[in-house]
Amino acid sequence: MAVGERDPITGIHTTGHEWDGIKELDNRVPRAVIFFLVVTTLFSVVYWILMPAWPLGSTYTRGLLGLDQRQVVEESVREANAQRATWTQEIAQLDFDEISARPELMQIVAEAGKTLFGDNCAACHGLDAAGSPGFPSLADGTWLWGGDPQTVAETLRVGINSTHPETRFAQMPAFGRDGILDAAAISAIVSYIRSNAEGIADLGPQDAEGIEEGRRLFADNCAACHGAEGRGDQAVGAPDLMDDAWLVGSDRQTLVRTVWNGRQGHMPHWEGRLGETERKMLTLYVTEILAGRENRQQ
Amino acid sequence: MIAQLTTTERQIGLVLALIVTLLGAALGLAGRHDVLAYHGLLIAAFGAVVAIAILRQMDRPEPGEERLSEYYDDPIRVGIVLTMVWAIFGMFVGVWVSALLAWPELTFDAAWASFGRLRPAHTTGVIFGFGGNALITTSLHVVQRTSRARLPDQVSPWFVLLGYNLFCLLAVSGYFLGITQSKEYAEPEWYADIWLVIVWVAYFLLYIRTLARRKEPHIYVANWYYMAFILVVAMLHIVNNLALPVSLGSAKAYSVFAGVQDAMTQWWYGHNAVAFFLTAGFLGMMYYYLPKRAERPIYSYRLSIISFWGITFIYMWAGSHHLHYTALPQWVQTLGMTFSVVLLVPSWASAGNALLTLNGAWHKVRDDATLRFMMVAAVFYGLSTFEGSFLAIRAVNSLSHYTDWTVGHVHAGALGWVAMITFGALYTLAPAMWKRDRIYSATLVEVHFWCAVIGTLIYVFAMWNSGIVQGLMWRTYNDSGTLTYSFIESLVAMHPYYIARTVGGLFFFVGAAVGAYNIYMTIRHEPLPASARLGAARSFVPGE
Repeated sequence: MAVGERDPITGIHTTGHEWDGIKELDNRVPRAVIFFLVVTTLFSVVYWILMPAWPLGSTYTRGLLGLDQRQVVEESVREANAQRATWTQEIAQLDFDEISARPELMQIVAEAGKTLFGDNCAACHGLDAAGSPGFPSLADGTWLWGGDPQTVAETLRVGINSTHPETRFAQMPAFGRDGILDAAAISAIVSYIRSNAEGIADLGPQDAEGIEEGRRLFADNCAACHGAEGRGDQAVGAPDLMDDAWLVGSDRQTLVRTVWNGRQGHMPHWEGRLGETERKMLTLYVTEILAGRENRQQ
Repeated sequence: MIAQLTTTERQIGLVLALIVTLLGAALGLAGRHDVLAYHGLLIAAFGAVVAIAILRQMDRPEPGEERLSEYYDDPIRVGIVLTMVWAIFGMFVGVWVSALLAWPELTFDAAWASFGRLRPAHTTGVIFGFGGNALITTSLHVVQRTSRARLPDQVSPWFVLLGYNLFCLLAVSGYFLGITQSKEYAEPEWYADIWLVIVWVAYFLLYIRTLARRKEPHIYVANWYYMAFILVVAMLHIVNNLALPVSLGSAKAYSVFAGVQDAMTQWWYGHNAVAFFLTAGFLGMMYYYLPKRAERPIYSYRLSIISFWGITFIYMWAGSHHLHYTALPQWVQTLGMTFSVVLLVPSWASAGNALLTLNGAWHKVRDDATLRFMMVAAVFYGLSTFEGSFLAIRAVNSLSHYTDWTVGHVHAGALGWVAMITFGALYTLAPAMWKRDRIYSATLVEVHFWCAVIGTLIYVFAMWNSGIVQGLMWRTYNDSGTLTYSFIESLVAMHPYYIARTVGGLFFFVGAAVGAYNIYMTIRHEPLPASARLGAARSFVPGE
């Protein structure tokens, strides 16, 4: 086909065509191209023979190896479950105290619990479990509903204000918005709480106003849930107002807003989403490994 | 520009613009209780602006017959400007959306600026806005030059160019409004899709009519690729967007496919959009501008044939490698994987043909950043096609799938290949179109080149690292058989790479901005005397 002139640089003939000054050399297709075309095609043919490959109407060629991705994945899940069964069965059968007495099981709880916590809990409670405004810390040793393993396991199972039929339920009324208390009364209650709670560092002149009035209003309006001393009640999920752990914030403005608008947290239920063994490990991870971590560090 | 149209052409243009205005108004009226109203308004306004522009020039004298002895380049000049405008928009949104992944507060609590809306605005802005305009613009230039034929009429190129940009506007504004059919790279809803079909058929007809008028005995390789691009994109677009609107007054439509068939159709489309939009089209660009700039003959005509038919035949089978280890039957995955492996050979043959064409011109590659853009593009084309075939292997895919490795791979192709070949082509094309003997500043081309190379390398290395780290973290097990890392821990590990990626993207964006400035200055620079015009001696005589 080499009908054109010779290219002065390479000495190769052109094809004789020209488009807007562009010519083409008549070089052969490099052997490597043919070679690799053959090699990759052969690879494909071998792969087709070994694996499921070509459709045949309502079925397909199964391949000599008889591998099927669905069977492969079912097999590997079975194997993985069998490997884990050595310890999952023990965790399922033993109670919390028995498990925490077994270091080799607690080692697994520590490893697997960290991942379970990261994938399911950290989005709200934080990867370090320190919480954030509105989401309680699980590492400071204080609890809304109780911190023993049975209670935590139950909280995990049914959630708080969740869609589970047995959900834990807690709601703080909107004292201001619903007209139960006026602004002056709420201010007095906040003064009472702030001047009595532990570790309030930003006390100002306003906090000294109406403390006695606040004490009386607290007894009438708040004590039913938070207790006469304001130490909370884990039976109804009412937080301790006298300790230095705060769910949303302890500054004056936040507390006024809390009393005015009320609060209602939400925690999803994990029954149905996580298996019992997983919830058990998460419970132990929270109660034995995370809880009190902040206090221990201090 | 409008004065260059004959009175009949102005009348046809006016009628078309009015039809678009009326259709827009009708759509807006039908969808007055829906977000569709905004798009009806946008279409009507677009048509009205064009109609008014034509009306204002209706009485201008007709152009002389001498116009027929020259190529019709007005739409190409507008196309170059539109390409750079979309480049700036698309790449800016790209930098923003990448920064958003490192610093989530950059969404400013605004729905329109959320990740899910910015991300398609970026991909559509760069692929369809920047890439599509570059393809249409250069194809109209290449087909005229290599056929020695003027475009057959002066209305259809405008219809194609403006109509296509109306589609891009509908797409991007739709995302900000929350309109999407959630198919990757095919997000626009039914009315925009139908409009694109009309525009695309006009584009196809314009192209073959020009080819039919050619005064060269053979059709040049570049045109094979542009034709493949136009034809196959039409086919992909129509099939993947088959959908039933909820009503004619609703922006929402539902795909006729369901389940795994829908996924397979989508990735048959998605992968061949890569093949025929981002590969075939830009190979057409490369086959013209690279030999032109290097002033060297194509290395091998036979290699061109082998790689063209290899690419067009094999790519069609490869889409299912996007669905490895899914509900897609395994035999479909096998076919996708094996054809992807074979595909490497014609891909490298194309890259090799381009690089071997530079034999005898490597001193120009050293001195001329424009040609170097195209050389680096060919290298990145080779790199990303190797990576593509590699990632298509099931075992590799089990590590790389759903990780940033995919993002890195796409950007090696998009930044390194598509954008670089486009910049090389534009720096060759722009001075010629505005009759300049050279680009405004060769130094700024050099600056752009290094920004682009550094940006691409930072980006791609960041995503390779991030993707592989991610993939490994997701499959690391403890001795007890439980996963070592939670997903959130792998996210925390990504943070430094996300910052690096933003820096790389910023480099690339700054380079493109420098390029836009350089082209703008080339346009504004006073024309040189006619005797010094590039290509003045090469103008052809019709009927020759």
